[in-house]
Amino acid sequence: MGSADFLVEGAVKALELIFSGDTYVWSIVAVSLEVSGSAVLLAAITGILLALLLSFTAFKGKSIIIAFINAGMGTPPVVAGLFVFLMLVSAGPFGFLKWIFTPQAMIIAQFFLVTPIITGISIAAIEAVDSRIKDTAYTLGAKTLDLAVVVVREARFGIITAVLAGFGRAIAEVGAIYIAGGNIAFWDAELDTYTSYTRTLTTAIVLETSKGEVSTSIALGIIILGIALIVNLMTNFFQGKSKYR
Amino acid sequence: MTKKNFKNLGILAIIGALLIGVVALSGCINEESSSKCPQCPQCKECTPCPTTTGETKYITLSTTTSTENSGLLKVLNAPFEKKHNIKIKVIPEGTGKALKTAELGGSDVVMVHARSSEDDFIAAGHGVNRRDLMHNDFVILGPADDPAGIKGMTNASEAFKKISESKSNFFSRGDESGTHTKEKIIWAASGVEPAGTGYKSVGKGMGDTIVMANQQTGYTLSDRGTYLSMKDEISLVVLAEGDLILYNPYGVIAVNPAKFPDKGGEYELVMLYIGYLTSPEGQKIIRDYGKEEFGEPLFFPDAVPEEVLADM
Repeated sequence: MGSADFLVEGAVKALELIFSGDTYVWSIVAVSLEVSGSAVLLAAITGILLALLLSFTAFKGKSIIIAFINAGMGTPPVVAGLFVFLMLVSAGPFGFLKWIFTPQAMIIAQFFLVTPIITGISIAAIEAVDSRIKDTAYTLGAKTLDLAVVVVREARFGIITAVLAGFGRAIAEVGAIYIAGGNIAFWDAELDTYTSYTRTLTTAIVLETSKGEVSTSIALGIIILGIALIVNLMTNFFQGKSKYR
Repeated sequence: MTKKNFKNLGILAIIGALLIGVVALSGCINEESSSKCPQCPQCKECTPCPTTTGETKYITLSTTTSTENSGLLKVLNAPFEKKHNIKIKVIPEGTGKALKTAELGGSDVVMVHARSSEDDFIAAGHGVNRRDLMHNDFVILGPADDPAGIKGMTNASEAFKKISESKSNFFSRGDESGTHTKEKIIWAASGVEPAGTGYKSVGKGMGDTIVMANQQTGYTLSDRGTYLSMKDEISLVVLAEGDLILYNPYGVIAVNPAKFPDKGGEYELVMLYIGYLTSPEGQKIIRDYGKEEFGEPLFFPDAVPEEVLADM
């Protein structure tokens, strides 16, 4: 009793799983990166365009929209998951797409989570750009599009930080993809292993822990920590480069 | 303005990102539409042709945590998946959630163990073609020193009463699963209203609940399959068993295809699947599963009489 042997044993087995290239573990990593990567790409395109649009226009109610975006940054993942589930399930309005319990459903759920984050941080980065730069470009005859290019270039490190923050949120999130994706893995009898279909690092940790497969959980935990660490180091690097902190 | 090249880089990066995004999206859409309409010569209107090889087809099974966590499903589904080139997407969740998912069209077939809920599901028109699949039984687990003194009891409701009276911890699934439904039936039979700080509703799957009862030394109700698959990792033991009320039958039900007309293809595959599960082939796999790994079977087949199976 009280012995921590199972921890040592679990950690050793976990390292074995990682370095032996275990099909199950690495298929989960692939699905995680694919889903969160796609969601962040789509969210980055939407978020940066939205941020530019909001930064360059002035209209009534703009502050309300920005308030909503800021509130959206704190959307609980399970709520986003529930929303996507209800929309995509066959009885729901978008059931005809047949996307429920697929990677697409997970990408949509994470898109809703990440877009406000990228938009919000990008707006802050764009608004921090020295207004003299905008004025100079304007007096030199820049059109709106040229102006956007100049500003994005000036704010690029802030925007990269926004995208990385979004990715960090997506890869670490469990509630939305659990509900929208269903945590599915296929059993391959010939290879004698599971292969992930909609099972990600976070949802797999929930499942494996509940099954008592601690070493698999530890292996997945080590990998997700590694990814989070890389993302954070990159964020720090780009924040250091940014002139407008 | 010495950083002219940077500007180009930035624009290139944005264009690249856009392109990748578009490709990623279109990839998704293509993948989905192609799996919807299998390419096979003998079907003109996108109806599935079950026995052809070629495009992999998918059906979604929402089921209880016990069938998945015990490892039965992977062994049971593998021959079917291979033979028909169908992948079964298994969503393990409590019986209540599994039936709800099916009701909303999120899955094509359910495999659950709460007969009264199953009958309601069919009566409401959500499901068709229910078949008895298999059974095992529930057992009352508890710590070996048994503070409530229920060891060896064969009357489940009396055992529950004693657990409640001794103010021991009791861990309830609390998730409207088949096990939770059974637990409520036993409490009702015992005439005791479960309450107080000893009664913990954890809202998790069977495996999690057993782990919690094990960690915090308490009693819980479990299906035998999940218990057997975990018994080497826990110190809880079976204290009471054998009551008729603890009988645990599993059924399999197809989602009513009339409710979701665009899912006609899945329905045909599901009936193929139900046919397989209740065939001698499927029933033999159920009968033999667990004998080697756990020393005794986890489930007992119900669709084909035992004598018939024995002759094969």
